[in-house]
Amino acid sequence: MADLTTNFIGITSPNPFWLASAPPTDKEYNVRRAFEAGWGGVVWKTLGEAGPPVVNVNGPRYGAIYGADRRLLGLNNIELITDRPLEVNLKEMRRVKRDWPDRALIASLMVPVNEDAWREILQRVEDTGCDGVELNFGCPHGMSERGMGSAVGQVPEYVGQVAYWCKKHSNLPVIVKLTPNITDIRKPAQAAKEGGADAVSLINTINSITSVDLDLFAPEPTIDGQGAHGGYCGPAVKPIALNMVAEIARDPATAGLPISGIGGVTTWRDAAEFMALGAGNVQVCTAAMTYGFKIVQEMISGLSQYMDDKGFTSVDQLVGRAVPNVVNWKDLNLNYVTKAKINQDDCINCGRCYAACEDTSHQAIAMSEDRVFTVKDDECVACNLCVNVCPIEGCITMERMAAGMVDPRTGEVVREEYANWTTHPNNPGRCAAE
Amino acid sequence: MRDRQLAPGIVAGRIDAAALQGNFTDLHPPLDDHEALVAADRCYFCHDAPCITACPTSIDIPLFIRQIATGTPEAAAKTILSQNILGGMCARVCPTETLCEEACVREAAEGQPVLIGRLQRYATDRLMDKGVHPFRRAAPTGRRVAVVGAGPAGLACAHRLAMKGHDVTLYDGRAKPGGLNEFGIAAYKSTDSFAAREVDWLMQIGGITLATGQRLGREIVLDQLRQDHDAVFLGIGLGGVNALGLAGEDREGMRDAVDFISELRQADDLSRLPVGRDVVVIGGGMTAVDAAVQAKLLGALNVTLVYRRGRDRMNASRYEQDLAASKGVRIVTNATPIAVHGNGAVREVEFEYSDDDLRPTGERFRLAADQVFKAIGQTLEGADLPALDGRKIAVSDRGRTSLPGVWAGGDCAAGGDDLTVTAVAEGRDAAEDIHATLMAEG
Ligand SMILES: Cc1cc2nc3c(=O)[nH]c(=O)nc-3n(C[C@H](O)[C@H](O)[C@H](O)COP(=O)(O)OP(=O)(O)OC[C@H]3O[C@@H](n4cnc5c(N)ncnc54)[C@H](O)[C@@H]3O)c2cc1C
Ligand SMILES: Cc1cc2nc3c(=O)[nH]c(=O)nc-3n(C[C@H](O)[C@H](O)[C@H](O)COP(=O)(O)O)c2cc1C
Ligand code: SF4
Repeated sequence: MADLTTNFIGITSPNPFWLASAPPTDKEYNVRRAFEAGWGGVVWKTLGEAGPPVVNVNGPRYGAIYGADRRLLGLNNIELITDRPLEVNLKEMRRVKRDWPDRALIASLMVPVNEDAWREILQRVEDTGCDGVELNFGCPHGMSERGMGSAVGQVPEYVGQVAYWCKKHSNLPVIVKLTPNITDIRKPAQAAKEGGADAVSLINTINSITSVDLDLFAPEPTIDGQGAHGGYCGPAVKPIALNMVAEIARDPATAGLPISGIGGVTTWRDAAEFMALGAGNVQVCTAAMTYGFKIVQEMISGLSQYMDDKGFTSVDQLVGRAVPNVVNWKDLNLNYVTKAKINQDDCINCGRCYAACEDTSHQAIAMSEDRVFTVKDDECVACNLCVNVCPIEGCITMERMAAGMVDPRTGEVVREEYANWTTHPNNPGRCAAE
Repeated sequence: MRDRQLAPGIVAGRIDAAALQGNFTDLHPPLDDHEALVAADRCYFCHDAPCITACPTSIDIPLFIRQIATGTPEAAAKTILSQNILGGMCARVCPTETLCEEACVREAAEGQPVLIGRLQRYATDRLMDKGVHPFRRAAPTGRRVAVVGAGPAGLACAHRLAMKGHDVTLYDGRAKPGGLNEFGIAAYKSTDSFAAREVDWLMQIGGITLATGQRLGREIVLDQLRQDHDAVFLGIGLGGVNALGLAGEDREGMRDAVDFISELRQADDLSRLPVGRDVVVIGGGMTAVDAAVQAKLLGALNVTLVYRRGRDRMNASRYEQDLAASKGVRIVTNATPIAVHGNGAVREVEFEYSDDDLRPTGERFRLAADQVFKAIGQTLEGADLPALDGRKIAVSDRGRTSLPGVWAGGDCAAGGDDLTVTAVAEGRDAAEDIHATLMAEG
């Protein structure tokens, strides 16, 4: 079994699987059970200022999107930060950290944008013995209406400013948690780095309305006939999160800035993908809320098996490995020619590939009288749609045409050498080929 | 061909080799990757899952299914085997319809449980096909343990003890290890020499010396074993069979079902194995069903299984009964054998219908029979054994017997169902207790 020990900005944990700041980490009882189940660390549910805590709605706070077989794919919430008194949370954090010294315990914080407020809360959390702080600039509902959460995260200057205050008033490692509700994720990441933050974590939840009650004419979750937009998370947001992580990892201005990857991590594979794109560890919320703490066991066994198979002896060897392969469109090799191929032994003759290609793509699949489906190489543009809609994994594959063969669609010989758009004859702004 | 099938008496080659081969392939063919993913996708990853509770070895079923779903069947296999080292065989032979799959919440929801048994086979096959043994033996402790009986109970016990670093000698009276996995389980459940392959794979742990042809009460005696070892585990199964107690029981053609099955399991060429044209099986358990089905698959024309009580009292599960029926076995219930007719060889068995309390009704009938298999239960054999509880060795919940330093488990021990998986659980748990005891002794 590969060693999964992770060192993230100086914080070690037995594995890279942390629970994200959310209900699973809202109290001592949960966190102790999470550690017993094997989680490497937790980011405690976001703490606010001292004084009367925030209040949550008393009606439903979650909405969901399902896939086939009622598999939960996306979750939306209108919950606020912790609604328990600061003092209680701090006491519990201290106790838990004392009993679980080998696990990471991070305090998530959200207070108004003023230096005193941050200085004050930092001093109080330092006393707990926690390993670091995460600044919650991400919550997109409720708190943002009060000038906090994503209202901060959407203004890079504020992000940098608060990160700066935190480094100034505390020795703890500082992670800035970013909101995805922004056009260019690189800007707040750059600001965090410039402010002195040790790392960024992303993504927090995405503004969303999961569904509308068509009798009440109100968004769900519905509270007394009305609803508010909430934060979307779970498997459905993973692609958005992966891209944002990759954008930061490959931006020269932030390259090398440690990233904690969040958003839809459900299996070891999701985690490995985030890590390959540059995340030093991952945080999980919805998967734990859907299946319970025990899922971490699959993440641990799966990642170690994968690392053993790859010959990796430490998670560092995985982190960032895919980053160099994330490029811009213009850099993609236009001489890479593939054709879809249907494996007739695996095909169950459902015809979904045919419907997709015939109705919406390039009319490149033929259907015989007896329902045999075959690809017409002279029409196939290799869009991949048939692969995506086929219910049998691996039945339709994309096969590369070897150099020297003639692409029956274009009538052109497939070229060996790499060539991209920047040198393509159709590109009016092309650079001269060498 | 037809005339061979009609030939009276007990003859070989009733059906051709191709048909035979088809008949004796896997009852449940292995799942391919796609089937496994679809099946795994149905698991809800229940909390404190009822299937785990229903498994005598408490395999973490939701976890292993999730590991299959996420493309790591090898990790899944390790989850299975850490609880049940014979997880491969159990995946093939467990009556899942009365164990894990009966408890599956999707059985309650849709009457269609997750295919736990077949997913278990998918995972364990994958690991074993790679030749990987996922456990390592701890540093040797210098303790010596005798395990008597190399069936599921003895094998599970020996493996767990060896893993803990003890030196195990595994004795068996037969020439081959495996117990009923090798000699008893229906051929279509354990194809392709799986029992033998599994034992070889299990032995890779190291620290187990196999001593075959060593029968307790013949080559070896319990007292001596106790003197020579730090602990003894008895997993000797049920070596004897119950008799009908009828006149004519020794007529030619009358046979114990377990002998027939054992011969079948060891046959290299099934087309040379003789079987009757009209076969009658007496009994209502797994052995009776297996004998009846396999007689039918060998080409017997008429196979009738006769059980003395009602259908719901049969030990064979409803699933097994339906399997028998689907293969063409006729099941007659509430009938007790009262006479074996024939001159030298059996020609007919006479039965009398009885009610559920076995009270005779006076209504009688005869079944033509050139071969009769008796399957009315196996019994413990052997002298100088620890104290009995009824007809089996009395044990505590950790397998301790009345004799200090002697543990027992599996079919020979009282309590628990006579199932492969129960034998594994009892062997494993006794090993844990032996280990704890030996280590506490310092
Ligand atoms: C025909 C048949 C079909 C079955 N089908 C199924 C099934 O489909 N599913 C299922 O779960 N269960 C089934 N069972 C039950 C299952 O096989 C047993 O419960 C299980 O094998 C018990 O394991 P064991 O280790 O206790 O005993 P056994 O498997 O009987 O092994 C005992 C071992 O001890 C050896 N031995 C016996 N006496 C001595 C001695 N004096 N000295 C040395 N060695 C000795 C034997 O040679 C044997 O190797 C079936 C049983 C039979 C008879
Ligand atoms: C109910 C709920 C409450 C949350 N509360 C917080 C919070 O207090 N602070 C925070 O930083 N993120 C909060 N989040 C966001 C999660 O920490 C996480 O960033 C997000 O859910 C994406 O990860 P996931 O797809 O694994 O759920 C919350 C999410 C949910 C579902
Ligand atoms: S999950 Fe628990 S707290 Fe939430 S609605 Fe259900 S019972 Fe109530």
